[in-house]
Amino acid sequence: MSAALEMVNLAAKDTFSGSASAIGYGLAAIGPGVGVGIIFGNGTQALARQPEAAGLIRTNQIMGFAFCEALALIGIVMGFVYQ
Amino acid sequence: MSAETMLAFETDCHIFSGCGFEAPGLHSFVFEPLFTVGGFEFNKPMLLAFLSTIVVVWFFWAAFGKAKVVPGKLQMIAEAGYDFVRRGLVYDALGKKEGDKYVPFMVSLFFFVWLMNIWSIIPVAQFPVTSVIAFPLGLALVVYVLWLSLTFRKHGFVGGLKNITGYDKSLGWILPLIMVLELAQHLIIRPFTHAVRLFANMFAGHMLILMFTIASWYLLNGVGIIYAGASFVMTLVMTAFELFIQAVQAYVFVLLACNYVQGALAENH
Repeated sequence: MSAALEMVNLAAKDTFSGSASAIGYGLAAIGPGVGVGIIFGNGTQALARQPEAAGLIRTNQIMGFAFCEALALIGIVMGFVYQ
Repeated sequence: MSAETMLAFETDCHIFSGCGFEAPGLHSFVFEPLFTVGGFEFNKPMLLAFLSTIVVVWFFWAAFGKAKVVPGKLQMIAEAGYDFVRRGLVYDALGKKEGDKYVPFMVSLFFFVWLMNIWSIIPVAQFPVTSVIAFPLGLALVVYVLWLSLTFRKHGFVGGLKNITGYDKSLGWILPLIMVLELAQHLIIRPFTHAVRLFANMFAGHMLILMFTIASWYLLNGVGIIYAGASFVMTLVMTAFELFIQAVQAYVFVLLACNYVQGALAENH
């Protein structure tokens, strides 16, 4: 039991150090990734259905993309804030 | 000079020569002051921001100073840029009648932000000014004050508060919750994300380019040269990608500014 604990401690101290925020950011990027996928997927579909509304669709698409992407970017910043 | 303030190419440190990889970090964004003017320390980002102001003013002055009916080359380019912001951003959000008042502000905002981003890939400068949080924060603050004052000027004090808190009687018992959420969303989250979106994009982009550049220098030894080549190709790819991202982020920044102004002017819904 104590040997296992020692190994975990060793892993946490030597192998794991500095990369916890990277793992956290990887998890945090899942949501925005899905969101951006949905936005551009639906945007493309809308463009295919109604090519004459291209300008309006593109503006809204980029705006939705920006809102979604903000979450991922806050994740990047937080990694540095809580270093 | 400590290792942290050195540029990547000033170290003679390669793989297999027994020295570790110096990853870029927050220290890559901190600059020594170049010179001091009356207690103000001038560093590289400030100098670049100052230069962008001059370049934007000079460009539009040169283009429209003596505007002709048949435009010359410079005026043609400036008109295309002006028209892009006017039609693509301001008129879409605000309409022609209301929007015309805000076109000059939005055009200068767009080109100022874009130029501050573009310094990232101009040789010698190679630093996006907007990756220092103070610059996007200041610009976001200007937009914040603009739409907030417009809200109160247009609707009066009570009406402005109603607009900001999304007051709507038909919501019933859920209204207090909505009002708290809307208040926090408008007054705190909105300016924060407005600034951080631009900042973090430029920060992350600069970091990526730095990472591949430093890595391709670090790997230049023995068999690592092959990997250095791959890393260098990635540097070029990321630089091209950054060129695209810079334009998109300037566009998004102004698009959101237009939307906030539009929300301020809109009737309470």
